Amino acid sequence: MTEMVQHNILARIGRVFLLFLESIGRLSLFIGNAIASGVRPPYYPRQIGRMMIEIGYYSLPVIGLTAIFTGAVLALQSYSGFSRFSAESSIPIVVVLSITRELGPVLAGLMVAGRIGAAFAAEIGTMRVTEQIDALVTLSTNPFQYLIFPRLVAGTLMLPCLVLVADIIGVFGGYMVSTHSLGFAAGPYLNNTWNYLETKDVVSGLIKAAVFGFIVTLMGCYHGYYSKGGAQGVGAATTNAVVSASILILLSNYFLTELFFSV
Amino acid sequence: MSTTPKIELRDVYKSFGRKKVLDGVNLTVTPGESLVIIGGSGSGKSVLIKNILGLIRPNKGSIFFDGKDITHDSFRKRAPMLRKCGMLFQGGALFDSLPVWRNIAFVALQGRNGLNTEEARALAVEKLAAVGMPPEVADLMPAELSGGMQKRVSLARAIARNPEVIFFDEPTTGLDPIMADVINELIVSCVKKLGSTAITITHDMSSVRKIASRVAMIYQGKIIWDGPVSAIDDSGNPYVDQFVHGRADGPITQGLKG
Repeated sequence: MTEMVQHNILARIGRVFLLFLESIGRLSLFIGNAIASGVRPPYYPRQIGRMMIEIGYYSLPVIGLTAIFTGAVLALQSYSGFSRFSAESSIPIVVVLSITRELGPVLAGLMVAGRIGAAFAAEIGTMRVTEQIDALVTLSTNPFQYLIFPRLVAGTLMLPCLVLVADIIGVFGGYMVSTHSLGFAAGPYLNNTWNYLETKDVVSGLIKAAVFGFIVTLMGCYHGYYSKGGAQGVGAATTNAVVSASILILLSNYFLTELFFSV
Repeated sequence: MSTTPKIELRDVYKSFGRKKVLDGVNLTVTPGESLVIIGGSGSGKSVLIKNILGLIRPNKGSIFFDGKDITHDSFRKRAPMLRKCGMLFQGGALFDSLPVWRNIAFVALQGRNGLNTEEARALAVEKLAAVGMPPEVADLMPAELSGGMQKRVSLARAIARNPEVIFFDEPTTGLDPIMADVINELIVSCVKKLGSTAITITHDMSSVRKIASRVAMIYQGKIIWDGPVSAIDDSGNPYVDQFVHGRADGPITQGLKG
């Protein structure tokens, strides 16, 4: 009898569905708890500052490298495509729009997911399994106020800054390739870039970045906070944080794009 | 009983999934006493004190602190009670991102009317001296300390606020016999100096004899024996006898057979 139940496909689907609902509920409670306790005193500005430096400053090299090569490749690829129908003059605008609207926020989000999502999950996960989170509670410090909220705030604020830097470096990468190996003149290239760019292109990218920053730090904190079972559990939490953050970034990117640009 | 008990547990149940850990625990701790809870590994000792501190919520039953029901209090309502408590964790649980002195003065540094850096350092050095450590340790990171030193720093952190109740989770586990004795003596002297109530969980019998004024034994989620430390050798309870003398044969079989 039990064996029949075990192999009953409906029971399996049901169990997976219930597990899914359970994690959605737990995540919602986690977000609610983090925000509700975070907006109340005591505040931890030192923690927020530390996290902003960790996320913003120390991610700059990775983001810069990603952006400059993406911009450069974009220029090369669009040249080889567009020259087939003599539309080379569109290259500056293709580069700048792709970078500011899509590639800047998405690639920065994914890179930060690898760097920060993993680091947060590992750090908070280790704090969980070594009872440091319990120790916080016994020192009458709310872990949501001290650990989680500062990270969420720092992520949401710093990713737009990173993306702004990525936008500039990405466009510069395209400019370098275009002027040095594709035969564009510097002045007209920059003119083209600037004239066709609208405020909305940049701003929409920055809003996306803020959402991605929230997602990355949330996934890092959430998976770390609920990790269990020693080193293996922390490892699993780290993997889950990076994978779920990356998937959620790509998913939410579609819906945000539809929100901003569908007419 | 004229005084209000410091801590009282009434019929506390806790299970994880299908596994029952606490199965109706009743326990009273009077102010100023040093209660040691003994029991084998996995008998629910840790879960018991985590329930009192609110790190875990019981499924059923109630927990009183200073006569006030705190069982279902949120973190905010629990904060005043937590301010009167200190806990020494089994692994030390020092914050490894902070130097020793910031660990010890962790609470004192927080908040609007918190101490400034100098005062906090002075407090940390004072508490380090109380656990017999030199002031140079203050600037080290927890990872640079040995296990015994981490325990001592952790004890300094636990007593930094002069708590009314101190919890000790296996204070001597993983230490060599000499360091274990040092920790035991520190516990006794700290508790005496502060006049605190102490609740210790351990399975180290030499530690029990050193620090306990009263002993309670937990087995299969229930308190099966409770009495003064002088009575543990002739408790008349076969479970306590087996545990105290560390024999493999006897009524306790939990976890011994596959």
